[in-house]
Amino acid sequence: MNKNKAFAFRLAIFSLIRRRSRLLAALLGVALGAVVLFGLISLCRDLPRQFRDEFRAYGANLVFAGLGSARLDLNDLKKAKGLLPPNKLLGLTPLRYESVRNRLRPYVAVGVDFAQSQKTSPFWRVTGRWPNEPFEMLVGADIALNSDLKEGSFATIDGRNPNQERYAKDFRIVGTLATGGVEDGFLFMALADLEKMTGISGVADLAEASLTLGADELKTLAANVKATVPSVEARLVTRITDSETNALTKLTSLVYLVAVVILALTMICVATTMMTVVLERRKEIGLKKALGAENNRVAREFLVEGAIVGFVGGFLGSLGGVVFAQIVAYNVFGRVMTPRLYLIPLTMLVMVIVAVVASRSPVKKASGIEPALVLKGE
Amino acid sequence: MNHILEIDNVSKIYGQVVALRDLSLTVPQGQWLAIMGPSGSGKTTLMNIVGCLDSPTVGQVILDGLNLGVLSHAGLTAIRRESIGLIFQEFHLIPYLTALENVMVAQYYHSLVDENEALEALARVGLRERARHLPKQLSGGEQQRVCVARALINHPKIILADEPTGNLDETNELLVMDILRQLRDQGSTIIVVTHAQEVAAHADRVIVLEHGRLVQDRVGAKERVDNLETASLMAG
Ligand SMILES: Nc1ncnc2c1ncn2[C@@H]1O[C@H](COP(=O)(O)OP(=O)(O)OP(=O)(O)O)[C@@H](O)[C@H]1O
Ligand SMILES: [Mg+2]
Repeated sequence: MNKNKAFAFRLAIFSLIRRRSRLLAALLGVALGAVVLFGLISLCRDLPRQFRDEFRAYGANLVFAGLGSARLDLNDLKKAKGLLPPNKLLGLTPLRYESVRNRLRPYVAVGVDFAQSQKTSPFWRVTGRWPNEPFEMLVGADIALNSDLKEGSFATIDGRNPNQERYAKDFRIVGTLATGGVEDGFLFMALADLEKMTGISGVADLAEASLTLGADELKTLAANVKATVPSVEARLVTRITDSETNALTKLTSLVYLVAVVILALTMICVATTMMTVVLERRKEIGLKKALGAENNRVAREFLVEGAIVGFVGGFLGSLGGVVFAQIVAYNVFGRVMTPRLYLIPLTMLVMVIVAVVASRSPVKKASGIEPALVLKGE
Repeated sequence: MNHILEIDNVSKIYGQVVALRDLSLTVPQGQWLAIMGPSGSGKTTLMNIVGCLDSPTVGQVILDGLNLGVLSHAGLTAIRRESIGLIFQEFHLIPYLTALENVMVAQYYHSLVDENEALEALARVGLRERARHLPKQLSGGEQQRVCVARALINHPKIILADEPTGNLDETNELLVMDILRQLRDQGSTIIVVTHAQEVAAHADRVIVLEHGRLVQDRVGAKERVDNLETASLMAG
């Protein structure tokens, strides 16, 4: 019996290998389907991470403030920060707004933690460089456009603190900040420098945190902060979190829809090719039946050929899919993806199923072929 | 008497065309029968019915003691597999398989593949050296001999050949006739359709069809006359 199985396999392989053109057509269809399928599924598996990272560009999703009109105490902020899960916390920066002047013109200076705000606000585009020495600052793009506060120059910032004490300090402008939003009209300096300049420390107006958490988890977290540190108000930046979740779901379902369409197209391609193959091989089928082959045996042979096409096409396509997913990940999301190798056998399995299902109606056709009519002549 | 084939009042009607008309014929085991007749006289139709590839519209066929009329599709397939060897004018070799594999296909559907046995069959038709060649690498005569090897590989009781030499030159025709004679000598029943008198001359008995009727039934001039059972002729 084993010898017969080996021979059956030999028949199928030779029928595929020695009749190259058909094999290529069917293989190509399956392989292309597998490339796109593999690529899309890989991306889909990666999308949540990709998009969470991308959407983070829209800014922080949890904001802390003082209660009522009170300023935010940095010690309270520290306590609140202790309640945030450290592995989900991408960044947390206090923001302190002060009215200042330069050459009698009024400005708003914002004290931040530059290292953290790069994480909470990845959409900030800085030309020049970020401040990293004491008394360096960034100017908003609008200010840079409309005044002589420009990258590379020095500016004397002065003002009055709440105790009516005057202060003044020289800052070096090391970069221009452009966001397209209100930030373009502000001056940004390190909170520590702002504290030194004004002589008042330990307070901020706001703090922004960016966490990789969904809306529900953020809500729980905010409630927890309010309960534990009553002098701190914690709010969700809901609009952004919602749109993040929404867009993600939409995109994922779109990708799955495309995958289904691809599978359908592959199936049509294989079915058409198999139908052609059956018609081309009518004589051979008739002959086999004349030799005493039962219908289901002939049918099985075609299904095995279909399965082999699905198997090989699925494998080659998966390899192509690794490359395809990599290219898309790199060009669209700007990052390298770890290939998900476990998707290769999965894709192959799907392609085998697709090819076998697609072969069903051609196989039915083959079963219906009458040996007498076929062998009688042209 | 031991008749391998009994055909009783068989007619085959295709729409308006009566391909076989009330035909009766018995063939004893081990006979070499030639069927002649003009084109369209029903020779292939008769072969297809005997070969279990087609069924008669009316009448009864008993092959090796089995009434074909009561058999299912699968039953007829089984008889083709077990008892019949087919040789075609157009060879019908599978183009992507070698000579050897083409012979093995018949083993495969019959029972078990056995490469050595298949090689022996090819040796018997003088093609041992060409076993690994594809049909397109073989001449018409060689392809027909592969077809013969395939037909005999499962030791069928009856070999049906429809115009086996129609596409062959004289040398190959004689080669094929020689193999058929050997098979007949080993006890196989052989039915050959032919247009050629020279081919019919190899047979023990010749029948002639015309318009689906059996119009002549004569025992060949050859020496096997004595072995022949008197085959009844009941054509209308
Ligand atoms: N499937 C079919 N449908 C309709 N008519 C058919 C069919 N098969 C055969 N016939 C008709 O039956 C008659 C006998 O055909 P058959 O093929 O048996 O002739 P033949 O003796 O083999 O002729 P040839 O020597 O040309 O091969 C012909 O008139 C043919 O047209
Ligand atoms: Mg004919």
